[in-house]
Amino acid sequence: MTKEAYSELMKQINAGKFVFTGELEPVKTTRLDEVIEGAKTLKEHVVAINITDNPTAFGYMNALVPAYMIQKEAGVEAVYQMTTRDRNRLALISDVLAAGALGIKNILALTGDHTTIGDTPQAKPVFDLDSATFVYMLKKMMDEGVDLNNNEIEDPPKFNIGIAAAPNANPLEPELLKIERKVKLGADFVQTQCVYSVEQAKNFLDAAAYLNIPILVGVAPFKSLSMMKWMVKFVPGIKVPEEIQESLRKAKKTGGKEAVYEINIEIFGELLREIRKTTNAAGIHTMAIGFEWIVPKIIERAGF
Amino acid sequence: MIIVKQKPLEEIFEMTKNAKNFLIVGCDGCASIIQVGGERQAEILKTLLEMKSRVKGEDGPASQAISILRQCDRQIVVSSLNPVIGDYDTLVSLGCGVGVQTLADLYRDKLIIPANDTEFIGMHDTKADKFYEMCRACGDCILFETGGVCPITRCAKSLLNGPCGGQSNGKCEVGGWKKECAWVQIYERLKARDRLDLFTKFRPPKDYRVSGHPRELGNEILGEDAAT
Repeated sequence: MTKEAYSELMKQINAGKFVFTGELEPVKTTRLDEVIEGAKTLKEHVVAINITDNPTAFGYMNALVPAYMIQKEAGVEAVYQMTTRDRNRLALISDVLAAGALGIKNILALTGDHTTIGDTPQAKPVFDLDSATFVYMLKKMMDEGVDLNNNEIEDPPKFNIGIAAAPNANPLEPELLKIERKVKLGADFVQTQCVYSVEQAKNFLDAAAYLNIPILVGVAPFKSLSMMKWMVKFVPGIKVPEEIQESLRKAKKTGGKEAVYEINIEIFGELLREIRKTTNAAGIHTMAIGFEWIVPKIIERAGF
Repeated sequence: MIIVKQKPLEEIFEMTKNAKNFLIVGCDGCASIIQVGGERQAEILKTLLEMKSRVKGEDGPASQAISILRQCDRQIVVSSLNPVIGDYDTLVSLGCGVGVQTLADLYRDKLIIPANDTEFIGMHDTKADKFYEMCRACGDCILFETGGVCPITRCAKSLLNGPCGGQSNGKCEVGGWKKECAWVQIYERLKARDRLDLFTKFRPPKDYRVSGHPRELGNEILGEDAAT
């Protein structure tokens, strides 16, 4: 089913183009130059860039400002990530209206990681809405032009709504049913957490095929060997095949940091090519926070 | 029942340090059942407080320990405490926060000291020797749709439409992957009963007015007969 497209991202998905998206993380700073520079680096290679919203519950700059600024200053479309962790429905409505006013075209509706795993674990978690009720509210605002209590919105906003998915979730069925709920509510596209093999991507895409929603598979190269080790050890659901781990270890040993980057480009370039060639993914969501320069090289290596 | 936990003794000693004499009031309700706040615990606390004041080389305050049927019932408190309360200027409650406040409301000229922290509404698993929070008293029970597992309480995010991405192998990211993911439990129970339709069902945003505090209930709770 083709969804109505308000964003360039959705237009390209609808046109059947294999799309790439990127990701940038505004951090604990008042500076915008790094985010804008990152957007410029990615611009020619991705159709849109996600701006994270207090990722892993770290208190960072409000995502709306850099989402607006990358569109204005770098000329690249934003996917404004919004979590329900830090704002009740009143504050969400405010930010959604503000996003509409600022010309944001995509919102990624997320529940958000729990406050206790972040850098301010004492905070009171909000979760007034969850990602499903948030999608419901967004659709109501857009399609009916009203808020949750049917109060009219002057000049209602239009967005394409993305949702997240955990492709390695175990058990997988409740994850799929949860996505199904949000597809029925009107979500337009999915961006997944990272996969590290084409099999992982394929298993999830096959299982989710019945949902009939465009899925961008998440791919996240490793900035360093220690980052990979940390993820393998501490992030459940992340399955990095032994061959990849061994290649990175070997690269680090023989050629240091530069060799680790080079092997990343090789491994993830190959993964991108395989995903495009052998799966029904609508595209790839690349996450290379702090080393965005590698994304163009990986895409290039994949032969796109 | 209401699960309570005794405060660290140092904290109790600090709160009682200026008391001339005190009455230690146990509660034979929830606190007694889980052996934190009954008669025996009141006696033990009395002994400890007396020892503490002797260690400091002062005259121990004249104290007494008793336990009453329920501290959360005004009439029971009045009938049980009025005959013994006498000249005690300080009451140490071994009940929950409800008990402490009932005493404080009834005896406004006395200092009421909470000896316990009130933890949650929970279940006691005596075999595992553990207490589990099971209900947050949200005033809008959906246990029928969720396989008898409360997501408001047992999901760290109180999600109505879970699970979130923070579960792995049925465990929750909150607290280091030790606790069960309530939404995976809900999924398993509903699947076993062939009712995944209830799982997939969309639950709209919750009306938090229902659980907005402080809540009160009139005599409708007891029916019309009680009012007459």
